[in-house]
Amino acid sequence: MHADEKFTDATWPASPEKATLEGKNKYLGFWLFLGGETVLFASLFATYLALKDKVPNGEAALAKDLFELPLTFVATMLLLTSSLTSVYAMYHMKNNHFKQMQAWLVITIALGFAFLGLEIYEFNHYVHEFHHTFTSSAFGSAFYTLVGFHGGHVAFGLLWFISLMVRNARRGLNLYNAPKFYIASLYWHFIDVVWVFIFTVVYLMGMVG
Amino acid sequence: MANEQSNSANPNVDLKYRRKKNAEEMKHQVVTFVLMIFFTVISFVAVAMDDFSHWFIKPVILLLAVIQVVFQLYYFMHMKHKGHGTITLFLFSGLAVGLITILTFLTIVWL
Amino acid sequence: MSTYANKKGFGATIWDYLTTVDHKKIAILYLISGGLFFVIGGLEAMFIRIQLAIPNNDFVSAGFYNEILTMHGTTMIFLAAMPLVFALMNAVVPLQIGARDVAFPFLNSLGFWLFFFGGVFLNLSWFLGGAPDAGWTSYASLSLHSAGHGIDFYVLGLQISGFGSLMAGINFLVTIINMRAPGMTYMRMPLFTWSTFVVSALILFAFPPLTVGLVLMMFDRMFGANFFDVAAGGNTIIWEHLFWIFGHPEVYILILPAFGIFSEIFATFSRKRLFGYSSMVFATVLIGFLGFMVWAHHMFTTGLGPIANAIFAVATMAIAVPTGIKIFNWIFTMWGGSVKFTVPMLYAVAFIPTFTMGGVTGIMLASAPADYQYHDSYFVVAHFHYVIVGGVVLGLLAGINFYWPKMFGTLLNEKLGQITFWTFLIGFHLTFFIQHFLGLMGMPRRVFTFLDNQGLNTGNMISTVGAFLMAFGVLVMVINIIITSVKNEKVGNDPWGDGRTLEWSIPSPPPFYNFKQLPLVRGLDAYWVEKMEGKKEMTPAEPLGDIHMPNSSFLPVMIAFGLFVAAFGALYHMDDKSWTLPIIIVGLLITFGSMLIRSVKDDHGFHIHKEDLMDDSDKGGKA
Repeated sequence: MHADEKFTDATWPASPEKATLEGKNKYLGFWLFLGGETVLFASLFATYLALKDKVPNGEAALAKDLFELPLTFVATMLLLTSSLTSVYAMYHMKNNHFKQMQAWLVITIALGFAFLGLEIYEFNHYVHEFHHTFTSSAFGSAFYTLVGFHGGHVAFGLLWFISLMVRNARRGLNLYNAPKFYIASLYWHFIDVVWVFIFTVVYLMGMVG
Repeated sequence: MANEQSNSANPNVDLKYRRKKNAEEMKHQVVTFVLMIFFTVISFVAVAMDDFSHWFIKPVILLLAVIQVVFQLYYFMHMKHKGHGTITLFLFSGLAVGLITILTFLTIVWL
Repeated sequence: MSTYANKKGFGATIWDYLTTVDHKKIAILYLISGGLFFVIGGLEAMFIRIQLAIPNNDFVSAGFYNEILTMHGTTMIFLAAMPLVFALMNAVVPLQIGARDVAFPFLNSLGFWLFFFGGVFLNLSWFLGGAPDAGWTSYASLSLHSAGHGIDFYVLGLQISGFGSLMAGINFLVTIINMRAPGMTYMRMPLFTWSTFVVSALILFAFPPLTVGLVLMMFDRMFGANFFDVAAGGNTIIWEHLFWIFGHPEVYILILPAFGIFSEIFATFSRKRLFGYSSMVFATVLIGFLGFMVWAHHMFTTGLGPIANAIFAVATMAIAVPTGIKIFNWIFTMWGGSVKFTVPMLYAVAFIPTFTMGGVTGIMLASAPADYQYHDSYFVVAHFHYVIVGGVVLGLLAGINFYWPKMFGTLLNEKLGQITFWTFLIGFHLTFFIQHFLGLMGMPRRVFTFLDNQGLNTGNMISTVGAFLMAFGVLVMVINIIITSVKNEKVGNDPWGDGRTLEWSIPSPPPFYNFKQLPLVRGLDAYWVEKMEGKKEMTPAEPLGDIHMPNSSFLPVMIAFGLFVAAFGALYHMDDKSWTLPIIIVGLLITFGSMLIRSVKDDHGFHIHKEDLMDDSDKGGKA
């Protein structure tokens, strides 16, 4: 079986992401990587929790002064929805519908960019309205590091999706690129998982006090 | 692995069956998504109402987050499918190490 | 790129190694660079011992001593022990499970080059304004206030090489899970493969906390963050925890492969099945598991409170149980066997009492109240050198002697090997045994000198003499390697005559595709099973067919080099120099550009055709 082989709907395997040994290895390896990423984000969460509201003086902004529900809610909805659209993309990949897959990925990417834009606006807002910066306090350092690491993951995921789509735009699906699309979408879901804890632990619990 | 290609004599029948199964699974995914949105809204509303004690709200929203993540992992990321035993083992090991780290940083980091 | 040619020019050989994705060649790269860093770290150790040979010595200054001491520890752990362990894993594990390659050959090569450039970056600090000087643990309260760029070299160098280790870990895990030969069930895997498996899992979960710790340190020192700055609300204990959450599993990452190597050696040279195989597997997994819950025993005196100290003390002592299981199993493996005292076996036998002594002092240190006495004294120095040199280094020396013929096709000289063994072993005990007592007499660790008339003179002198003996042993080993490489007397598949596992069933060194036909594994010690039935080789599990192999690539070097360049920019960023930002950008462009090329350019590998395999006599397969 050659990796570049063209498939018809009938010959396209049910789990194209795991149909070759390379695919299987990629799939497992990427999940293991996500296991490591779990520890990475847990360490960042731990650092944030230890340094939450730890500021040098009484004037510095605390969590409950900073965060606002509407902004976080919109950001959350954008990212959660993008998780569903990437599920749709993978649904079409399994059906060997390349065009539809690309279309859903475009929507996913658009939502991702919207999320990233909101985050940049949010950071900018904190810096200018509250003088809450990366260097102003330990709380600031921990907050921007945790949320920024997540934002960096979003940006990387977007670049990843885009380069995959551009590269494969002409040639359609095969068993060489199907695992690549699949693990990119796994990565995207993982970003969403992390965000669920960020909006809960950082924003909601920060507002509760 | 779970979904090896079946060797049905008539590939079109097989294809129809697979399409149907995929469509069914997609329906489950949408239901999952609706539930996730629902939980998220509850969390935000609970915080917005501002009437409850934080001793009540914090555990509730954490629990909702955990349920959401389980959905995300088991449905969106297909961990409920067969052949994910190794993956589950490693993900939960990572989670265990991470939780111990968080516990430590909440308890024995004095200052 | 199919490489059938046997004779190649020097330049072509260099290019071959720069681009190789073959796990056997990557093993040689790890061995050479790890060996080089081992010599550098050893020289630093000699400087330490010369400085401490007599009281009030002024061989080196106090500041320079701090740098030597820090670099000795950092180099030995990250740049010598880790890569040497990876060298043996790369050389042996795919062969032991009957695989033609690792799961991710490209990542494997990338992992090596990241380690290499990280290590070079760290060591360049000697020439660029001074090495790190806050100890290998680099506690934040010291390192934040360290002048110059030493700590920055530490942070960035370890960050780069840490990525490499993480990749190696994931690669071995997937290789062992997905690529085992037919019949090679988990409970038929050789112990070295098992320990590689557990160690890779430890790497996967232990390196992320280090990554985070180093990132926080980098942000604090280079970009004005306040994680560890108490005045701005920070907390220095965070670094200690993050470091040891990584640091304690790290010592198991080093020792478990040594356990694996010794298990192979005991079984081979006792000509007996390893005693209690399944309990050995269980003990390995249990040590890996417990290794994550004991890190705070390094921090008993930090002030964690009695409850935390008690929990961590108990968990630490619990590790003695699986370790004890292993010690007894090794002894019972020898019991009643027809033991052959080859050089690897000498190391293995010497390892048991040596390591046990290190374990016993470990239990002493694990008792939190007693630890307040031992803490930061030479007793601790003696303890961890007994486990790391007495365990890891003896294991590596044994493993290098044992697997040398498999890697290079020639046996190391037995006589010279014995000289190395005896001088190294005696030198080791001379150096470190006395340090227990120096510590109990009150000599603190990390001091650059001591006063006369405190009763410390004799002990320190003995210790220094021992260090010279160890250095002599290593020198003889280097001579041994040179002599045997020049002579290059070729050996067959199974040079020790008693090989039990799959790697001994194929030529030394193996052809680049390892197995012409994947072997069928019919039990634990697969090759031994066949031997006992009078067969000379493994039963193949498949007919002869085309073999799929990965292409070589220069991109791993480029990716790692880009980070190396960017690290220089980040390092000097805090000096407000105008060129730092462009350098960071150029470096990252090289890295991400190479990654993009890798992901955009299809790489399907190539096939070795059946006909070529039939012509290719086994011996001529050297790539």
